[in-house]
Amino acid sequence: MTTKAGRTLAADPPDPSPPPAVRLLRRRGVEFTLTVVAVLLSVYGYCAVGLAKNGTVPPGAADYGAGLGVLALLAHLVVRLRAPYADPLLLPIAVLLNGLGLVLIHRLDLETPADQAAPAQLNWSTLGVALFITVVALLRDHRVLQRYAYVSVVAALALLALPILFPPVNGARIWVRIAGFSIQPGEFAKVLLALFFASYLAANRNALAYAGRQIWRFKRLQLPTGRVLGPIVTIWLLSVGVLVLERDLGTSLLFFGLFVIMLYVATGRTGWIAVGLLLACVGAVAVGWLEPHVHSRVEDWLHPFASIEAGQGANQLAQSLFAFAAGGLLGTGLGLGHSILIGFAAKSDFILATAGEELGLAGLSAIFLLYALLVERGYRAGLALRDPFGRLLATGLASIVALQVFVIAGGVMGLIPLTGMAMPFLAQGGSSVVTNWVIVALLIRLSDSSRRQYAPGPPPESPQGRGARGEGRGA
Amino acid sequence: MTTYIRRAAALCALLLLALLANATRVQVLQSRAYDDNPANRRPEIARWGQPRGDIVVGGRPVTGSKDTGEQLRYERTYRDGPLYAPVTGFASQVYGTTFLEHAEDSLLDGSDPMLSFLPLWNDITRDRNAGGAVVTTIQEAAQRAAYLGLGTRRGAVVALEPATGRVLALVSRPSYDPGALSGNGREAAEAWARLNGDASRPMLNRAVRQTYPPGSTFKVVTAAAALDTGVVEDLDAPTRSPDPYTLPGTTTSLANEVEGCENASLRYAFEWSCNTVFAKLGVDVGLDAMTDTARAFGFNDSGLRIPFSVAPSTFDTEMDRAQLALSSIGQYDTRATPLQMALVTAAVAGGGSVRSPYLVERTTTASGRTVTGSGTRTLRQAMAPTTARRLRDLMRGVVEDGTGANAALRHATVGGKTGTAQHGMGNSGTPFAWFIGWAQADDAIEPQVAVAVVVEDAEAVRGDISGGGDAAPIAREVMRAVLKASDAP
Repeated sequence: MTTKAGRTLAADPPDPSPPPAVRLLRRRGVEFTLTVVAVLLSVYGYCAVGLAKNGTVPPGAADYGAGLGVLALLAHLVVRLRAPYADPLLLPIAVLLNGLGLVLIHRLDLETPADQAAPAQLNWSTLGVALFITVVALLRDHRVLQRYAYVSVVAALALLALPILFPPVNGARIWVRIAGFSIQPGEFAKVLLALFFASYLAANRNALAYAGRQIWRFKRLQLPTGRVLGPIVTIWLLSVGVLVLERDLGTSLLFFGLFVIMLYVATGRTGWIAVGLLLACVGAVAVGWLEPHVHSRVEDWLHPFASIEAGQGANQLAQSLFAFAAGGLLGTGLGLGHSILIGFAAKSDFILATAGEELGLAGLSAIFLLYALLVERGYRAGLALRDPFGRLLATGLASIVALQVFVIAGGVMGLIPLTGMAMPFLAQGGSSVVTNWVIVALLIRLSDSSRRQYAPGPPPESPQGRGARGEGRGA
Repeated sequence: MTTYIRRAAALCALLLLALLANATRVQVLQSRAYDDNPANRRPEIARWGQPRGDIVVGGRPVTGSKDTGEQLRYERTYRDGPLYAPVTGFASQVYGTTFLEHAEDSLLDGSDPMLSFLPLWNDITRDRNAGGAVVTTIQEAAQRAAYLGLGTRRGAVVALEPATGRVLALVSRPSYDPGALSGNGREAAEAWARLNGDASRPMLNRAVRQTYPPGSTFKVVTAAAALDTGVVEDLDAPTRSPDPYTLPGTTTSLANEVEGCENASLRYAFEWSCNTVFAKLGVDVGLDAMTDTARAFGFNDSGLRIPFSVAPSTFDTEMDRAQLALSSIGQYDTRATPLQMALVTAAVAGGGSVRSPYLVERTTTASGRTVTGSGTRTLRQAMAPTTARRLRDLMRGVVEDGTGANAALRHATVGGKTGTAQHGMGNSGTPFAWFIGWAQADDAIEPQVAVAVVVEDAEAVRGDISGGGDAAPIAREVMRAVLKASDAP
C-alpha cells in the first residue's frame, strides 16, 4: 500500500497539468459498487457476531443492513449529483469504517446489557451522514470557506474553551453535557482550526517563507517576521494551552502535529519541523514532569505491567496488550474475544483492541490500510488542486485523520504513551463520528474540484460568482 | 508545495509502517509472553468457557457441568460428590484441581492435543476441543459398600483387582462435596474456609495420601520375607521363639495379646498374630532381606501414580536389630497407605507379583473415540509364586480359624490379616484398626478382589478396637459387592 502510494505520487507531474483522459472518468459506478460491498461487509460482520454469541443470525440484521444501506445510498446519490468527479474511494471507506465501528460497538454491547452504546452511535452516524449530505450539497466550491477563516478560529477557540465550564470526566475536561447528550467540542474544533490554518497560511505563505531574519547563519532556520508569524503562533499556543488545561493530551498532540505539518507544507521550511520538534520536546517533558495525569500515562507506557507486579491486577493498557496478543495472526473471530476485560473505555478509546483480538493482525492491518487509503486520497486531492488554500485544506484534513489514527493506535498498542482520543469512525463517540463525516464531505468536495479542473466542457464557475451565491448557505 | 505535500504523505507512510510493525510485534512476536502473563484472564475464561469432560463410573458420569452464564461460564457439578471425592477430587474455578480432576485436567478441559483429529490443527486455529471423558475402574457397588461401611468413622478403604491392578474402590471418610468448591462466589470461599478449618480434615484423601503404621498387617510382608529367604521352611514347624521376646541389644521385652505364642508355628503365629514370633523372624531374616522384600511390595517408592500421586509408604533401611524387630511387626517407623496395604494383599492373591494399580480404564474424546487405554503392568515380583501360595494358605486360616472370622463370606474363599496399630507418644493414641484381605468366589479360578481397610476411630474405647472387629466387616461387605458384581454378567 505504501509503495503503491509512493509510486503513484511520484508519477504525478510536479505541477498540476492536464493529465491523461483516464482521469476524467467520473467513476460513480465504482463508488456505488464499493459502497454496496462496504454495506454488505458490515452486515456480514453483524451476522457473524450474532452467530458467534447466540448461534443465530441476529433478528436486527435486516434493519441494520437497511439502515446503513439507506444512509450509504443517500450519501452516494448526493455525491453523484453534486460532486460527480469526486474520488470514488472516499465514501466506501467511510461507510465501511463506520459500519465496522457499529458492529464492534454492538458486539461489546452484548457484554454489557446495562449500557447500550450502539443505538446512540447509529443516531450520531445518521446525523453525520446528514451533515455529509448537507456539506456536499450546499458547498459548491471549497474556496468559499477561505472567507470564514476568522469566524472559524473564533468558533474553534470558543468550542475549545467551553468544556472548562463543565466538570471533568475520567480526569479529562473535554465533555459538555447538555440534556443527557454529551458532546466533545474539541472534535469540531479540529476542522475549524484546519480551515483557519489553511486560510491564513495560504494568504501569508510568501511572507512566511521568504521574509524574516536569519538565526545561527543557517539559511534554513530563517524566521519570518513576528507580524506575520505572531497571530498564528498565538492561536496555536492558545489552543494547545487550553487543551493542556483540560488534560486533553490526544487533541493537543493532534493540533501540534497539524500545525507543524501545515506550516511545513505551506512554507517548505524544514526549519519549522526542527523548531516544532524542539518545542514539542520541551512541552512534552514539562507537561510530563509537572502534570500528574500525564506523568502516570507516561509511566504506564514505560511499564505497562507495573500494576500487575504491584499486585493490583492488569491496568487498561496491559489488558489492551493482552487483547491484541490474544488475536494473533487471524483473530478469534467476531464475538469470540474478551476485550471487554479492558473495562469502561473498551467501546471508545480502546475499540481497536476488539478489532485486534477478534480480527487478528490480518484484520487490523486491513483497517490500518483503509485509513491509509483515506489519507492518501486526501493528499492526492491536495496534490491535484491548483489553489493553495484547497491544497492546504486537503493536506490538513488528511493529516488530521492520519495523526488521529497514529496517536490512538500507537497509544493502545504501547508504541507511544496513551492519550485519550477517538479512532475515526470506529470508536463510540458522537462528536467524533459527526466530525469525521464532515471531514470526508470536505475531502469529497476537494477531490471533486481537483478533478473537475480537467473535465471537458465548460470550465468551473469562478469562485467569486459561486461564492456570492454560496455565501448565504455554504457555511 | 507539491514536494512538501509529498513529504508530508511520506511521513504518514512512515507512521503507518510504525503501526504495522508494532502490531506485528504485539500480535505475533510477543503474543506468547502476553498470553502467559498471570494477570491475563483469557486462559481461564477459555478453560471454563465450555463444559468440562466427565468422569465416568460404571457407565454413568459422576460429574457434570452447569452453565452459569458468568464470565467463567461452566461450573463443575458432582453426583454423589462425597462418595467419589477421593477419586474425582474437585475442579474449582478458584482453588484449582485435585486428584483425577487434576491428573486428567488437560483431557477434561479439552486442551490435550490428543483430543483433536489432527493434533497440530488446533495450534493454528487456536480452537479448543470439547472436553474428553475419563472412564474409571471404580465399581459403584464396591465404592458404596466401603463408604457405607465406614459410616461416620474416620478411615479409608481401597479395593483392587489382583490380576490387573484395577482400583475397584477408593474411599476416605469423612468426606465432603467437591461441588461446594466449584464456583468463584462467596459460597465457594466459605466452603473452602470451612473444609480447611475442619479438625477431621475431610479433604484429606486417607486412602492414598495418609500413611498409618500398618501394625500386624505388615506381618504378611515379614512372613513373605521369611519364606522367601528360607528362614521358615515348614509352616507348621515350631519357630523356636520365646514369649516374651527381649528385643536384641535392649532390656525391653515384647509380649503378646494372645496365648500360645511361645515357640509357635508360623501358621499359629500368623492366625493369632503373635508379635514375638514375627519380631524374631524379622531379625532372623535380617535388615537387607527385609528391606528388599518391603521394597518389592512397593514400600519406599515415591513415584507411584494411579494417575495422581500416592504418598510413599516407608520401611526404614537403616535400623538396629531392636528397631528391625519392631518394624517387622509394623511398628516403629514403618508406615503404609491403605493403597499400599491393598497392594500387599493383592500381591499375595495374585501369585506374588505386584500389578501397577490404576484408576483410569481409558480416556475418550467427547464423541467416544478412545484417546488412551490402560494396560495391566507388572510393577515388581514381590515374592516367589510358591511363597504367595503358602501365604494365601496362611491368610485363609486367619479368616477360617483366627482373628479375621468377621470377614468370612459364603460361597467364597476369603483370606485376610487383621491389625491393630498403636501410635502416638508411648503408644498413647487410639490404635488404628486394620484389615487386609482377598476373596475368591467358589467358581472362580483366581481371587477377584483384594482390599485394605483402616479405621482410625477416635471415639472408640481403646480395648474395643481391633482389626477383626472394626475393619473386617467393612472389608467383607466390599468383597461381597465385588464378587456379586463379577457374578452378575
